[in-house]
Amino acid sequence: MAFVRIIPRIDIKGPNLVKGIHLEGLRVLGRPDVFARYFCESGADELIYMDVVASLYGRNSLKDFIAQTSREIFVPLTVGGGLRSLDDIRDVLRAGADKVSLNTAAINNPDLVAQAARHFGSSTVLVSIEAARQPDGSYEAYTDNGRMESGRDVFQWAREVERLGAGEIMITSIDREGTGSGYDVELTRRISESAAIPVIACGGAGQPADIAQVIKSGKADAVSAASVFHYDCIRQNGSLKGFTGEGNVEYLQQVAAGDRAGFSMVEATSIRALKRELLANGINCRMDTEAYAKH
Amino acid sequence: MQSTDTDRPRIAIVDFGMGNLYSVKRACEHFGLTADITSKSRQLQAADAVVLPGVGAFGDAMDTLRQLDLIGPLKDIAASPTPLLGICLGFQLLMDGSTEFGEHRGLGIIPGVVVGLRETIGADSAVKIPHVGWNRIKKTRDQRQPESEGIRVAGDWGNAPLSGVPDDAFLYFVHSYHVVPEDARMTLAVTTYGGAEFCAALQHANIFACQFHPERSGPAGLRIYESLATSLTAIVPQD
Repeated sequence: MAFVRIIPRIDIKGPNLVKGIHLEGLRVLGRPDVFARYFCESGADELIYMDVVASLYGRNSLKDFIAQTSREIFVPLTVGGGLRSLDDIRDVLRAGADKVSLNTAAINNPDLVAQAARHFGSSTVLVSIEAARQPDGSYEAYTDNGRMESGRDVFQWAREVERLGAGEIMITSIDREGTGSGYDVELTRRISESAAIPVIACGGAGQPADIAQVIKSGKADAVSAASVFHYDCIRQNGSLKGFTGEGNVEYLQQVAAGDRAGFSMVEATSIRALKRELLANGINCRMDTEAYAKH
Repeated sequence: MQSTDTDRPRIAIVDFGMGNLYSVKRACEHFGLTADITSKSRQLQAADAVVLPGVGAFGDAMDTLRQLDLIGPLKDIAASPTPLLGICLGFQLLMDGSTEFGEHRGLGIIPGVVVGLRETIGADSAVKIPHVGWNRIKKTRDQRQPESEGIRVAGDWGNAPLSGVPDDAFLYFVHSYHVVPEDARMTLAVTTYGGAEFCAALQHANIFACQFHPERSGPAGLRIYESLATSLTAIVPQD
């Protein structure tokens, strides 16, 4: 049996880790490096960094952060957001990413997936699919971090990216993203059952039981989550002093002042506690006894 | 005294246009090694150790190695006492051949073949291929006495490269094919996926090769680079 991977997703805007609802309404949660280190120490199997505004403004501000993180963390690091060409991909790999996540550029130019797979290997290329449920029950793929409709059916697109050579698919439910109301299990299951390559479920985790459900019923090979882990990190590390105060920091100030209202949406969990719960539910995952900090 | 760039052991990471080599470079540098990503045979020959990494298709990789005139130099290094580390596709390339997308000849440095995980696991299995993620390794022989089985081991690697890696450790895999060495006694560790057991790491003379990515496998994986660095530092004169 395979070991399910738990992958914290770190959305980045400028120098800060941010989190939105339905991929919008971004609020600042702190410094990304503090989160990345904490997640690895508590058992993250991989990390995903997403430059959430890069597609919109055509910039890629992640590189320094990638370089810094990759010198201290030796688990697979996937980077996405605004990557448009083989040169863009090479740049982030050179900076320290192990894999890249493509969405907007892949939909605009599917051949980029094939080229990237040929140059860097399928295992380096993850295609992120952002799915929005339509009134008729179908699912449409969106680009630009959930802002633009593509007219593409999600299930057809998933089959196409696999044919083009993608090594993995990350499926995000835009409807569930940031709501804490649970993954879209049916969407995940349909994608995972029709794909020969691994599928990462993303969007909607509000409590550990949601993660167990999308693995068991949704057949996810890996699970990505943000808020449930972020709030645990904030809880463990205080108000994250020293971050650069840019953007919407109101939420962070509330937390610093002891207001826990914002936590009500999700049940914070450490990755280690989550894994203990998964193991108790008969789900295989990596439980390392060895501390990361010494390396 | 602060060691300078020139007196550090030099690692040549073979660049044949396949895959992402930078994480290998960073893992080497983590233990004070100087690492050059190169496709120049001269740089390979001058290195204190050579890493053959790679992801991607077997046939394309062999074609590229041929075009770069690297097949001869790699065989020379394998025949010399210089430590050679093969990772993932780099491991598979060391073998006689692969069935990936037709029959392809490999470097023929280690007797054995490369076969599909799908073949080994069974076509009717719902198990996903490629095998992506963390998995346990099970050590198969005493790491400290490899020569007791009649296998020649050069002194340069010192203790077996896996000696610092705990049995049952989790390491990170990404592959659709796996190696079947002719001489099973070379196998240092096996891993099970989809009910099938395959060779996760082997040692043959000065060669250590593994299917997992030690540079992406956290502290356990880094131990392999550490043991390489330790053995090289013992050889290269220090001031």
